[in-house]
Parts: sequence; C-alpha cells; structure tokens
Amino acid sequence: MRPAPARSAFLGMLRRDLLIAWRSPVEVLHPLVFFVIVVTLFRLGSGPGQHALAALGPGVLWMAALLATLLGLDALFRSDFEDGSLEQILASPAPLPLLVAAKVLAHWLVAGLPLLILSPLLAIALGLPDAALPVLLLSLALGSPVLSLVGAIGVALTVGLRRGGTLVALLVLPLYIPVLVFGTQAVTAAGAGLPPTGALYMLSALLVLAAVLSPPAAAAALRISLD
Amino acid sequence: MPARHATAPGAQTAVLEAHRLTCFRGGRMLFRDLDLSVAAGEMLEIHGPNGSGKTTLLRVLCALTEAESGEVRWRGRPLRGQRESYLASLRYVGHQDGVKLALSVRENLEVAARLGGGSGTESAIHRFGLEAVAETPARALSAGQRRRTALARLLLGPAPLWLLDEPFTALDDDGARLMQELLARQVEAGGAVLLSTHRPLAAGSAGHRRLELGR
Repeated sequence: MRPAPARSAFLGMLRRDLLIAWRSPVEVLHPLVFFVIVVTLFRLGSGPGQHALAALGPGVLWMAALLATLLGLDALFRSDFEDGSLEQILASPAPLPLLVAAKVLAHWLVAGLPLLILSPLLAIALGLPDAALPVLLLSLALGSPVLSLVGAIGVALTVGLRRGGTLVALLVLPLYIPVLVFGTQAVTAAGAGLPPTGALYMLSALLVLAAVLSPPAAAAALRISLD
Repeated sequence: MPARHATAPGAQTAVLEAHRLTCFRGGRMLFRDLDLSVAAGEMLEIHGPNGSGKTTLLRVLCALTEAESGEVRWRGRPLRGQRESYLASLRYVGHQDGVKLALSVRENLEVAARLGGGSGTESAIHRFGLEAVAETPARALSAGQRRRTALARLLLGPAPLWLLDEPFTALDDDGARLMQELLARQVEAGGAVLLSTHRPLAAGSAGHRRLELGR
C-alpha cells in the first residue's frame, strides 16, 4: 500500500469534519447563539447612553467572539478521542500536522466564519461607526483563525483529561491576549478615523505564525495525549 | 516476572520484531523484557486475561504509545525514522471501533480509504454484508454492525501487517466465521497478523503461534 497522497487525506479529513458538523447543527449553533447573546446583554446592560458603548464596542465584539470560539473548541478533538477515531487518525500514514490543519480549517469554517458574517449586524446594534465595519470584518477574518489555531494546541494537550474544558480556557485565554489587543485596536482606530494598518499587520503576522506553528505543535500534543 | 519469548525458532525473517519491551500503565507493570516477532505469512495470537496488557502492547506496536524501554523494529529497522512508511504498511483495528456515529457506513469507509491511501469501499461493504445499512448513519447500527464497519477497513487495499485488538468482540457467528476466513486469507497471501483475544482461536496452520501475557 502506498502512503496516502497528502492532498487527498487533507481533503478527506476536511470533508469528514464538515459533514459531521452539517449532521449535528445544534452543536454548531451553540457558540453562535452565545456570541449574539453576550453582545446583546452588553447592549442592554449599558443603558440608553450611546457614548460609553461606542468606545467599548470593539472590545465587546472581540471578547464575545473570543469566548464563543473557546466554547466551541472542545468539539475539535473530544468526540474523535472518545470514539477511537483519533487513534485511527494517529495510526494513519498521512502526515498528522496536515490532518490537524484540515480539522482546524473545518472548525474555523463552522465556528469562526459564521461569527464573521454575523458581526456587522451586532456592530450596528452596538452603535459602532460605519467606517469601522470593514476593518472589523478584516480584523476578524485575520484574527479568528488564530483563535482556532492556538485553541487547537490547548485542546490537543487536554483531550485525554476528564475535565479538559476548564483547563483549555486557562491555557488558551492568555495566548489570546495579543489577538484581542490588536483586533480591538484596529477597530477602535478605524472608528476614530485613524489608520488601522499597524494593528492589521500585526494580526496578519500572528496569523502566519499560528498557521505555521500550530499544526505541528497540536500534532505533537495529540501524540502525547494519546500515549 | 520472567522474560517471555514468542520468537519462532528457525522461522523466515521476521517483518515485525519487538526486543525487551517493558510497559507500565498507571504505575503497574504490564510486561517486562517481552520479545516477539512475526514473519510474513504468520499469525501471532496474543492471549491473556483482562488487564494483562494486550491493548497496550498493540498500541506500542502501532506507534501510538511509547514503551518504557525496548525497541520495535519493522523489516529490521527501528520504527523511529520510518513511522510513515510503517503506518502505510499496517492496518490497525483498535479496541474502540473508531467509527463516526454521524456518518454512514460508506462515508466512514471512504474517510478511512482517504487517510490510509486505500480503495475498494464497495467490495469491503459487500464482503462484510453491510449493503443493507451502507447509507445508514452508524448511530443507528448495532454494536456488531459497527464492529463490522471497523473491520471492513482491513479490506481497503492489501497491507503486509494487520494489528487487531479483540477483533471478535460483538461479532455474531457469521461475522466471526468471516473474520476467521479473512485472517486465513491474509496469512496465505503472505501477510502478517498480530491479534489479541481473551478466547483462544482454534489452533490452525503451522504459521499460527501464541503468546501468553500476564500468566
């Protein structure tokens, strides 16, 4: 038997995870509903004044997106671990970092992309200036894959533990700080009419870094977790 | 515990060998200085009571777990450094089925074929008598049907080595007969099989040896 062509294995894994998500839409919807509720609660809790909210808006949106991502992260490897599929994945000849990358991409398409699509609506609800909307979308497009990529390492490290969920939050949230800082900065700057480019460049750099380093790191973490 | 050997004297060159494997699980020693070897066209049956380390041994042999000490060799070379080509030569069916409940039998096998570089999903479905449930999500299948789906992965292209953890679990009489047949065919075709059972198989041909664990 020849080793599986890497491309075919990558696409097979991507298709598999998307199909599974499609078959159980409730799990996909939970983080999304959470995102909407958190932002709405902020809107309701901050009273009728618009000023404070407009200043806080970018931060609120980014925080909500970050927590929603965290909520959905456990699904990345947990069910595969529990039903033995993860063993099969690790025992397959396809390069593990590539399969991890396919899983993270599927996770982002299912959990990150919908957040991106919903965010302009919520930005309007929070009273963000119109000028900030394109930058908000761009910053989320650059930043939310970083959240999935970095989160994958945390989930891979804790998948063998019974109560991995809380530990993932403790491991991963500090690593989310740069994304939160630069994401918020970009949107705030755009809202104030300032150029957001610096923060966006930083987000791009983080994305490149995470895309290169996270799959091998998560793959190594999975091998340790299953040992 | 004494050292145990399951190396056939004077057999053809072994494809898979383990030298002085020692494994601990949760602070308990499962086996120490275990030697084994399987040659092409040979079946090694790992036999032992529950908790004697059969699953751990198989996981060590398919590079999922590291042994505390000792070495596993594939075609005379250590696994380290040739993991990918080794994994491409082997089919592993673990203690758990590794079947996704949301996917149908066919989809499960297609994914396995993609990951393992095999093909022949349809004939595998046919051989295991899963045609009637090929489109059914695995969630709705019985334990035996899920086991059949897991075992059908063995037929996705030829592989020189099969590692099977309790392959007969949950199988009915027909399924067990079929599995026996497939094992015999794999051995005849020059493949090697390493399988664990807690019930010994009927002693078969010359190429069938036993390794007792935990006694």
